Amino acid sequence: MSWLSLSPVEFQALTLSLWVAGVSVLVSLPVATAVAYVLARCRFWGHSLLNALVHLPLVLPPVVTGYLLLLAFGRHGVFGPVLEIFGLQLAFTSAGAALAAAVMAFPLIVRAIRLSIESLDPKLEEAARTLGASPVKLFVFVILPLIFPGILAGAVVGFAKALGEFGATITFVSNIPGETQTIASAIYALLQVPGQEVAVARMIGFSILLSFGALLLSEILARRMVRR
Amino acid sequence: MTVTLDIQMRRRGFLLDVKFNAPAGVSVIFGPSGSGKTTLLRAVAGLDLVDHGHISIDHVDMAGVAPHRRAVGYVFQEPRLLPHLTVLGNLKFAQKMGRLVSGQSFDDVTDLLELRALLQRYPVALSGGEAQRVALGRALLSAPKCLCLDEPLSALDQELKQRILPYLERLRDQTKIPILYVTHDATEMARLADHIVLMRAGKSVLSGPVSEVLTDPAAVPFLGIRAAGTVILGCVESPDPTTGLAVMSFAGGRLILPELVQPIGHKVRIRIAAQDIVLANKMPNGLSALNILQGVISDFHHGQGPGVMVQFKVGETFFLARVTQYSAVQMGLALGQTVFAIVKASAFDPAGIGS
Repeated sequence: MSWLSLSPVEFQALTLSLWVAGVSVLVSLPVATAVAYVLARCRFWGHSLLNALVHLPLVLPPVVTGYLLLLAFGRHGVFGPVLEIFGLQLAFTSAGAALAAAVMAFPLIVRAIRLSIESLDPKLEEAARTLGASPVKLFVFVILPLIFPGILAGAVVGFAKALGEFGATITFVSNIPGETQTIASAIYALLQVPGQEVAVARMIGFSILLSFGALLLSEILARRMVRR
Repeated sequence: MTVTLDIQMRRRGFLLDVKFNAPAGVSVIFGPSGSGKTTLLRAVAGLDLVDHGHISIDHVDMAGVAPHRRAVGYVFQEPRLLPHLTVLGNLKFAQKMGRLVSGQSFDDVTDLLELRALLQRYPVALSGGEAQRVALGRALLSAPKCLCLDEPLSALDQELKQRILPYLERLRDQTKIPILYVTHDATEMARLADHIVLMRAGKSVLSGPVSEVLTDPAAVPFLGIRAAGTVILGCVESPDPTTGLAVMSFAGGRLILPELVQPIGHKVRIRIAAQDIVLANKMPNGLSALNILQGVISDFHHGQGPGVMVQFKVGETFFLARVTQYSAVQMGLALGQTVFAIVKASAFDPAGIGS
């Protein structure tokens, strides 16, 4: 079973990938839910602008997104000095990797949640309002539970996207083993060196396993929701 | 408590212009579809905005008050239960949604509507009638100052309607809030109404107590020939010794009825449609009909068709009978004349007998 045992660098890549994907999804979800709700329900000036902005990372080349992140959050970027005041550094750090993954996953999460909000029956909300539900209570006790499957779907899709994110990540935070090297960038690094086929296959195997596991978990959760 | 409204709203090509008072009890809003009944209820609940005029509930002006602060319980045509909650969850939801006053007690409502056996079920596992009962219970538990029922039985078949009507009758007799009940079903109206508001093309054309409106010849064009008639409130007496049939006494006399579910001494409410009465100008004999009432003609209404509506008074109660123009002339019917009304057995449709 020696071919299964991970080198420390590979192990770090694996745990970092999980951390990056997990953090990016957790941070994105509340914001994505709010943005999805606004896009689905509110009509205002700038609606299509917001919509385009949200979808930008989906259509831009990931390298461009990564470079834009660098321009914005790099040490000499637009927000760099502000971040410095708080002692934060994003470029070339694992937190930056999470930010890059979150930005790339964001449009996918918003889309999934928005779809479930749009499929909500507004008649139910009317009924809840006549029963005395204020807008906040309506959201917490009616809308949120009803769109939970959509949020779950968004989380899974976002997690998978964050796990595999490569272009923006490598541009924004580079490929530093132990700090910013995720599974995807580790595979890329291994491919640069001849004779690493076994290691590459191992990483690919883990990558497939993780994505599959996430999918399975969401399927089980969703089924439990439906059974109720 | 009372609901007062005087509102104008423009809606896709027609103008809703309604003015009436709904005191405690059931006010049935009756009219053909498209006459603005639902829009009217939605305005009361704050779901649709009024262009001009005002709505007040319990003497509080509702202008600018959001739906969740109005305390208007609303039962829609379809149950609209929250699918992610059990029946119990739906009822508790209504209770906890932040009304200051406490509503009817949970036990009272679940008993009234017989919901106890359903509490653990999810809405998908309920039949149409059960779901609508839960919707009604949910509205009651939200501590409403006014209830709006928008054709709550229209989605149900005849048999289910008959099963739910007694619950609504009990509700009417037990709560002291105004209930606005929209329907275009004459049977429902006759069984439930304390007051009637007739709607036609967005306007409230006539309103008043049920016994006045249903026997008002002027209301016939708005009610339709089938719905016109009288609603009699009476009391069940011991069965007639000679016939063994049930007897009901009312302000004006007694009626012999084929069968009653209500026990002796209980209130009973029956509707006798104008078309189920035959008039005679002499006391008839040799008839199979059991009920012959003596009355005095008090009003006429000539419609566009071949019929005439004759209003007559038996004791304190007004009745309406529909006869042809031809027989009215042949019999020489005139105001103040004494007539004998033969009530056809078909008048006593069990579906129309309520409590």
